[in-house]
Amino acid sequence: MIELLQYEFMRRALIAAVLVGLVTPVIGTFLVQRRLALLGDGIGHVALTGVALGLLTSTSPVLTAAVVATLGAVLMELVRVRTRTSGDVALALLFYGGIAGGVLLIGLTPGASNATLTSFLFGSVSTVGEQDIWIVGALAVGVLTVLAVFGRELFVLCQDEEVARAHGLPVRFLSILLAVTAALTVVIAMRVVGVLMVSALMIVPVAAAQQLSRSFRVTVGLAVLIGLLSSLGGLTTAFYSDLAPGATIVLLALAVYCVAVVVGGLLRRATARRGVPPLPQGTGGPTDTMPQTDRGRVTP
Amino acid sequence: MSAQFDGARSTSPDAPAAFQIIDAHAAYDGVPVLDGVDVEIPVGRTLAVLGPNGSGKSTLMRAMLGIVPLTSGEIRVHGTPLKRFRDWRRIGYVPQRLTAGGAVPATVREIVASGQVARRRRLSLPTRADRVAVDEALAAVDLGDRAGDSVRELSGGQQQRVLIARALAGRPDTFVMDEPMAGVDADNQRALAEAISRLRDQGSTVVLVLHELGPLEEVIDRAVVLEHGRVVHDGAPPKATGACARPGHEHQHPHPDPNDPDAHPEIIPTRGARP
Repeated sequence: MIELLQYEFMRRALIAAVLVGLVTPVIGTFLVQRRLALLGDGIGHVALTGVALGLLTSTSPVLTAAVVATLGAVLMELVRVRTRTSGDVALALLFYGGIAGGVLLIGLTPGASNATLTSFLFGSVSTVGEQDIWIVGALAVGVLTVLAVFGRELFVLCQDEEVARAHGLPVRFLSILLAVTAALTVVIAMRVVGVLMVSALMIVPVAAAQQLSRSFRVTVGLAVLIGLLSSLGGLTTAFYSDLAPGATIVLLALAVYCVAVVVGGLLRRATARRGVPPLPQGTGGPTDTMPQTDRGRVTP
Repeated sequence: MSAQFDGARSTSPDAPAAFQIIDAHAAYDGVPVLDGVDVEIPVGRTLAVLGPNGSGKSTLMRAMLGIVPLTSGEIRVHGTPLKRFRDWRRIGYVPQRLTAGGAVPATVREIVASGQVARRRRLSLPTRADRVAVDEALAAVDLGDRAGDSVRELSGGQQQRVLIARALAGRPDTFVMDEPMAGVDADNQRALAEAISRLRDQGSTVVLVLHELGPLEEVIDRAVVLEHGRVVHDGAPPKATGACARPGHEHQHPHPDPNDPDAHPEIIPTRGARP
């Protein structure tokens, strides 16, 4: 670990990895709760358009990605609410538009090659510059501040939008806030794991933590721990074994998930033997209740 | 177990009605669902909204909370038009849900405490009073010993009680509950009926959307029956034989053939024989 720190680029990479490991699982927990686990993927694709725009105009790609991803997130939220498009279709539109725009713009950029595209698709943490670190650091502080200030409202929103409305909460504002926060998180994580795997760091640590936890708070805490473990462990392993860092980080997180599934199963069996009702598998609830009869929106 | 809620702040006879619904119209995709509903619910009353599926009772309840917009008409909450109403801490909403939890695990206590979202300040830790309110809400639905458990570990009826406790935790004085008895076993139904009866005794306003009166018959002092988005009965709760058996009931049969044995209004407890 010491020799790792001798390299300037590795020190920067490790800082980026810590920020990513810390921030992504927190926002990820809210997205999973809201059943928008793939939102990060959609925004990631849009961020690629932003990156290409940055390369084309010789601006910092991280900054342009932040702007374009934010706009994309707001747009998706509006498409979801205003038009008769369901959440998953709105996401799909975002996927296609983002990736097509990115590929088109990179093709227009003089000097940009397939290697440039690949480095943003799959991450290139070793090329993180000092300016990137400052931007990523500022974004991380921003995201954590938003979640600290609005956490309680976002919990209610992600739990049950209708209840949030009946509490008088500003549902549209909170939805857009969450989407924008997710967009900024995507940009933070983009340099480390690439836009195609960005969402993995939001979702996989949360999926692993869910296996071991009974409470929302503990899930967030565990997810952050798993996120940090995966990003730092993955980066170190990649350095010593000369592997692709982004892919190593994601595969390590998936390995932790597999371990968590086994350990969670054993824990459930142990508590069941002690006569405590077991943690149920999956997210299914009781089946003997009346189905919801939500007919959708009322047209004004 | 009797919890003291500081609700029912305005029980004076001069207090404006908890809900005042004036000529409310609403439509889904141009199909009218509410067709001129007028209902006034004074403070401190326990009122049931009854009617068959598709009668508009759930839409009326959602419109009362601003969840669905009206196409015309007006709704006033505690004297204030809904659009300008800001005192949301007075309202406790119990939605009809399959489960009380979300996709991420949460403890019973976390869910119940989230009901205080309208009264808690940002970035503040729960005060002693907040914690006491959560404890009392849990006790009121008899789930005090399950506070630390994951909501997913509870039965459907217990989860329904969690949803009621969540509404109680904000210490509102006006409750709106959507079919709180749906899919709940007999024991849990009794526990729920007791909790609602205590709310009534404390002077709270309780509006219940119900498919049937069931064990709540005792606690309800007024019933509004909707059919095709119109009020067809407003007064004493109909007996279990159905509203159609009441004298003076304006009979609007939803089916064309009155001799059709299947054509009974669904306020007759067809769902009563659930396991």
